[in-house]
Amino acid sequence: MEQLFEISQLAAGYDSGVVLEDVNLKVRENDFIGVIGPNGGGKTTLLRVILGLLKPLKGTIIFNESLPGRNRIGYLPQMAAGDKTFPVTVTDVVLSGLMIGKGAVARMSTADRQRVREVINELGLEKIRNSPLDVLSGGQLQRVFLGRAVIGSPRLLLLDEPDNFVDSSFESDFYEKLHDLNKRMAILMVSHDIGTISSHVKSFACVNRKLHYHPSPEITNEQLSAYDCPIQLVTHGRIPHTVLEKHD
Amino acid sequence: MPDTILQYDFIIRGLLGAVFASITAGIAGTYIVSRRMVFLTGGITHASFGGIGIGYFAGINPIIGAAVFGILSALGIEYLSVRQKIREDSAIGILWALGMAIGIIFIYLTPGYSPNLMSYLFGSILTVTKADIIALGILSAVLIIYFSVFYRTVLYISFDEAYARTYSSYVDIFKYVTTSLMAITIVLNIRMAGVVLVISLLTIPPNIALIFTKRYTKIIWLSVLTGFAGTAAGYFISYFAGIPVGATIIFTLVIIWMILKGGMFVLKRNK
Repeated sequence: MEQLFEISQLAAGYDSGVVLEDVNLKVRENDFIGVIGPNGGGKTTLLRVILGLLKPLKGTIIFNESLPGRNRIGYLPQMAAGDKTFPVTVTDVVLSGLMIGKGAVARMSTADRQRVREVINELGLEKIRNSPLDVLSGGQLQRVFLGRAVIGSPRLLLLDEPDNFVDSSFESDFYEKLHDLNKRMAILMVSHDIGTISSHVKSFACVNRKLHYHPSPEITNEQLSAYDCPIQLVTHGRIPHTVLEKHD
Repeated sequence: MPDTILQYDFIIRGLLGAVFASITAGIAGTYIVSRRMVFLTGGITHASFGGIGIGYFAGINPIIGAAVFGILSALGIEYLSVRQKIREDSAIGILWALGMAIGIIFIYLTPGYSPNLMSYLFGSILTVTKADIIALGILSAVLIIYFSVFYRTVLYISFDEAYARTYSSYVDIFKYVTTSLMAITIVLNIRMAGVVLVISLLTIPPNIALIFTKRYTKIIWLSVLTGFAGTAAGYFISYFAGIPVGATIIFTLVIIWMILKGGMFVLKRNK
């Protein structure tokens, strides 16, 4: 399995202060990493640095030169992002995932539109392809934004708290879909909910100012304490999970 | 009885003015309404009044002064909101009042000349010159070309700026250019509707369109059509009734909006 990119000695932050420091992480082609940690611990900041939205204060992110399309990244932002009443259709939103590498004078070809149709059908959105976003359910919205994230066949998929989309009927489908996608791309998923994600991810990264990598999907309370990674647990009844005891 | 040639000239000017005002206001208005920038647009409009005052005082074309003020304030607000150093709505409120204050002071200070303030505040047929129509025509062409060539880019930056930044390094450039075009659109339409009312010329047609469609390009088309109906009707009604053109246009547009919105409401309830 080839390495996709490597973060070394990374520090990042804002005017208000340093949020991440001394972060090291290697991500391989088919990794599925659950990124957990307390609120304000730097999870979203890490995603922003990987996406190139935030310049690191120190350190580097180096993508493997030998992989084609190595820096092509799909991104599923938090639920709150974007204006749901904005006049765009489902097709428009999925189509925007093909803007990568297109330049400002972006023309959509017949092949592009064909590809959008395929992705829309694959995600079960064909009945609402021309609907505006404000009539969609939470689960449908999530699928639309997932479609936008993966249509460009990215090497890496970044998901920022996808479990915040309130639509439990789609949740298991969603993780199954991620399992499929993981055969083609590495996935980094930020989550509050280790109960749910531990049955899907292959490894964990605890982010609380520093990053601790945990190479297996099983993680215990003691390990979390050792990593200085107090996290908020959100649990659902339908999915097998372990409730860990309270810790500081 | 007015001279027939003059009357012919007046009708042509009125029709062309209505066409270009509705094209520019329809395109710019769709952008402004969908990006929820209506208050920002109000701020830019009133800030540009400062340029009108300075233009009078310095003896240059007030519309050029207004354009400079409009673009600078628009860029200033965009820049500050990108940096997130200030609260955007407060900045707009301050700029809004500052522009009006500067305008009034300089018009008052202009020696031996008392310009017709009302025509800039509320619009007037008499101040719409051939040069204004030509300027609006050129702006129409620029906006049509800009929005056709960069349609996807502009649409997706408006919809989800953060996501656009993940694939594009020219998000800020496009925001600045588009906002400048909005400012120019506002300033050139001040001749038609006046500082106080021009905001409605941009916001009412897209809101009429939104009653029927949620598709961006269709909103533009419908805005231009309804804008033309309202502007042309308002222009000619104002001439024959001898009332201010801006107020007549806006009144006509609001009546259209109310009838359609009310009709839609009744239709939906009876379904």
